[in-house]
Amino acid sequence: MLAEAAAVRGIAQRDGFDARRPRFALLALTGVFVALAVLFMTYDLKGSLSYALEFRARKLGGLALVGFAVAYSSVLFHTVTHNRILTPSLMGFDALYQLIQTSAAFFFGTFAVLQLDERIRFGIEIAIMLAFATVLYRTLFGRDDRDLYVLVLVGIVMGLMFSSLTSLVSRLIDPNEFIALQDRLFADFSRINQDLLVVSSAIILAVVAVSWRLLPRLDVVALGREHSTNLGVDHQRIVNEVLVVIALLVSVSTALVGPVTFLGLLVANLSYQVTGTFRHRYTVPAAVLLGMSALIGGQFILQEVLASSTRLSVVVSFVGGLYFIALLWREARTARA
Amino acid sequence: MTSGATTPRTTSGSGLPAEAGFVVAALAVLVVAAAASLFVGVSAVSPRGLIEGDDHQWRVFWESRIPRLAAILLAGSAMSVAGLIMQSLVRNRFVAPSTAGTVEAASLGLLIATVWFGSTSVIGKMVIAVAFALLGTAFFLSLVQRLRFADIVLVPLAGIVFGGVIQAATTFFAFQWDLLQSLNAWTQGDFSGTLRGRYELLYVVGALMLVGYLYADRFTLVGMGREFAMNLGVRYERVLYGGLALAATITAVVVVVVGAIPFIGLIVPNLVTMALGDHLRRVLPATAIGGALFVLLCDILSRTIRYPYEVPVGTVVSVLGGVIFVVLILRSRVGAR
Repeated sequence: MLAEAAAVRGIAQRDGFDARRPRFALLALTGVFVALAVLFMTYDLKGSLSYALEFRARKLGGLALVGFAVAYSSVLFHTVTHNRILTPSLMGFDALYQLIQTSAAFFFGTFAVLQLDERIRFGIEIAIMLAFATVLYRTLFGRDDRDLYVLVLVGIVMGLMFSSLTSLVSRLIDPNEFIALQDRLFADFSRINQDLLVVSSAIILAVVAVSWRLLPRLDVVALGREHSTNLGVDHQRIVNEVLVVIALLVSVSTALVGPVTFLGLLVANLSYQVTGTFRHRYTVPAAVLLGMSALIGGQFILQEVLASSTRLSVVVSFVGGLYFIALLWREARTARA
Repeated sequence: MTSGATTPRTTSGSGLPAEAGFVVAALAVLVVAAAASLFVGVSAVSPRGLIEGDDHQWRVFWESRIPRLAAILLAGSAMSVAGLIMQSLVRNRFVAPSTAGTVEAASLGLLIATVWFGSTSVIGKMVIAVAFALLGTAFFLSLVQRLRFADIVLVPLAGIVFGGVIQAATTFFAFQWDLLQSLNAWTQGDFSGTLRGRYELLYVVGALMLVGYLYADRFTLVGMGREFAMNLGVRYERVLYGGLALAATITAVVVVVVGAIPFIGLIVPNLVTMALGDHLRRVLPATAIGGALFVLLCDILSRTIRYPYEVPVGTVVSVLGGVIFVVLILRSRVGAR
């Protein structure tokens, strides 16, 4: 008995979790993020100082919010779907959000949509989004025997389909009305939807406040349905809560800048590598820092170093796409070798 | 379409084979739809007007309606045949020009040709687009061959993402050269600009389809694997690369003349082979007719859905095609289990 207990304790100690590496990683990532933010704010300031600072602060805020939302939702999505490749945007969630926006304008009239208070509109859209995302998730992940590649392919094709449906619906709207709508609905990194910054920050703060306590339980959920039920964690309930969180975050980031397909995949996987653990207390903050730094740094390089007006999302999908192919490659080798 | 499918398959000898029934039925529908399509459009053209000898109506008829119909039939059938050939060569039902990076590579070539040669030289554009399509397809093939234990779904997944990476690069260059709007116009297949004198290049793909028909049996053998094909005296490499080059060339020419029509090369061959079996030379004519019919019906829909405006046919096709594709993927796994 005693020997056994000692052995168990010994194993526990040997496999004991060493928090030094993830802590150091978080510290370093915070440093990088702060440095990039300062650089972004102060580099080559000209003209009216207060105007320039305010302008940049808003842009910085938008980039940081999007990076935050995408990274947070991707790590959570990885956990509840038990794989490291699927992300909300790969499942077509952000294309779905745009489709909802456009369809609302089509069915209720552009004028009604434009006149509606921004916050109410956002709220309604998020509610519809949540309903659809839940149905989508339930039909696709409800069965355990679904193959990973099938899911990814279905997700990508649905994303493509949602965006062609969006462009179809937007063609059905009167072309003159559509121009009025376009600025409102299709934001990108160069013209972040400023009106939504405050609402988005509030949503993200609320999401973090509510879901922070969930993170340790997500470590258990990551073990799978049976294990987590055995360990006394209500798997179903947590997955439901996480889905709400994901739908909120995807809506926030898509409303601000539109779809950014591979960012979540990139930063979530990088964060697992950097922190060397799967504990959400570390991987989630690390992914968030990486996401914000990637967007701020990327925008800075595009804007100041390359002096290019190219959209950041284009660069993200180029780099992220290459990374995705590399990931598939490795996955296919290890899974079947 | 179902009448052919329900006819019991008979071996040569007594009665007509199933393919013949299908071909006759589809051909009849095609002729009716084609005749109807000649009288759908903003400018009023009616059979009575033509009989009465209305000059204006005859001009619209010859300059716009007939060329448009010819372009639809050629592009729809050729893209479907290209998809069918690729599927049988790579031995994967989900491989088609739009899931192998071929379409995106051709668009990149088109963009570069426009920058180098301006918008005048159609032949120059075609040559460069074909060259890029060949390169892109060759790269995809080497990707597929490296994935030794390639999952049936993994191959198109890698292809779609590979296409996405090329597309991101294309968007980047288009942005730098201020050609983004033209790029969008090319990548969305659209027959509304098809006039006499602007589509004749498409007859090339008609000729290429015939070549494909002549080589169909050799493609089938190559699809059965290297050893098998070599034993039967087929030059494996030559036929494999030749067949893929044929498909890539068809794709590039269609992209140059009318723009990309997504998913068509994927879903039409799948639906046809589901009904009629896999015998390449026998299903090839049926696939050509089915593809022409599918695109024609989508084009009639895109002309009427937002009358008097037109919706690009590529949008309509990709919404319908996306739905069918998702159903096919989900079915493929159910059947395999």
